[in-house]
Amino acid sequence: MSDASINASTPRDDEASFGDYFALLKPRVMSLVVFTAFVGLMAAPVGVHPVIGFCAVLFIAIGGGASGALNMWWDADIDQVMKRTKSRPIPAGKVEAGEALSLGLALSGMSVIMLALATNVFAGAFLAFTIFFYVVVYTMWLKRATPQNIVIGGAAGAFPPVIGWIAATGTMSVEPWLMFALTFMWTPPHFWALALFMRSDYDDAGVPMLTVTHGRRATRVHILVYTVLLAILAVGTAFSGIGGPIYLAIATVMNGLFLLGAWKIFRRNEDDSEVDDFKAERSFFKLSLLYLFLHFGAILVEASLKPYGLGGW
Amino acid sequence: MALKKEHDLHKRRFGRNMGVGLLLGSFVVLVLALTMVKVTSNGFQFPQTQGAQD
Repeated sequence: MSDASINASTPRDDEASFGDYFALLKPRVMSLVVFTAFVGLMAAPVGVHPVIGFCAVLFIAIGGGASGALNMWWDADIDQVMKRTKSRPIPAGKVEAGEALSLGLALSGMSVIMLALATNVFAGAFLAFTIFFYVVVYTMWLKRATPQNIVIGGAAGAFPPVIGWIAATGTMSVEPWLMFALTFMWTPPHFWALALFMRSDYDDAGVPMLTVTHGRRATRVHILVYTVLLAILAVGTAFSGIGGPIYLAIATVMNGLFLLGAWKIFRRNEDDSEVDDFKAERSFFKLSLLYLFLHFGAILVEASLKPYGLGGW
Repeated sequence: MALKKEHDLHKRRFGRNMGVGLLLGSFVVLVLALTMVKVTSNGFQFPQTQGAQD
């Protein structure tokens, strides 16, 4: 009791609340994981009991959250430097880095075992691989080593719909990989646009962001190239087993707008951007959020209509 | 030094304790629901016991 008594006798305003521990799980990233994993599960060509489906999405989300906690544990030093991340629980002094490590490890183990028990071992193993990939390959190894870090991180963030599909079917096929590719190709232009208008953050932290290592002109070129490749992939997906006329209509409109945004960014130079405070880059970033949501939303609509003979081709 | 029943520590950590309690309770309910679904599904079979094998 002596430790508790000592701590109790010195009230702290910065004591961690339940919300601080929840913030370690990166709730905003988790919401994307929940949504894309749910779409992967629903797009699968087999029916899943609602309780099992709920458990599958929940444990995939917890696995994603655990990765977030482990990422915050490892990156506590650079989070302290960046404006965007300095209010996170560890740099803010609310939670100890060791607590984040413990929480991340415990939730990783729990989510993998529970997903395997609720659905199948393949899904559990794939979730374990995703956590390993995000924490070890991306966070510990490549994030600070290569300017292609965003591309690698994008791969980790793109796995949830594949896990959702495997949780439903127990097998692999080409459709979940199309969903994977959609998020994978979308991530670089999304984050590089952010890096263009949040430049000092990454510079200060010493993270080799493309804007720093190859210059801002090269970043604008990269955004355009990835957006063109993404558009081909996204529209092509319309003609696969998860596509259909609704998806095609949405993909056509959204990719048209996205290409236009990338073209504007490509055409601008730094002086243009400084004058209007990176208006084109900011609106491209906002559009990218809607872009991914609408694409996965369209896949979900197509899948939901199939039982009524309406979705797909 | 023993903690009083309504020590300041309890007040400060009430929200956190309540959150953990609710989470654990929800987890128990979830595992129960999952078990019910699994054992009532068509493909469910009890594992073979030693006695049944003999």
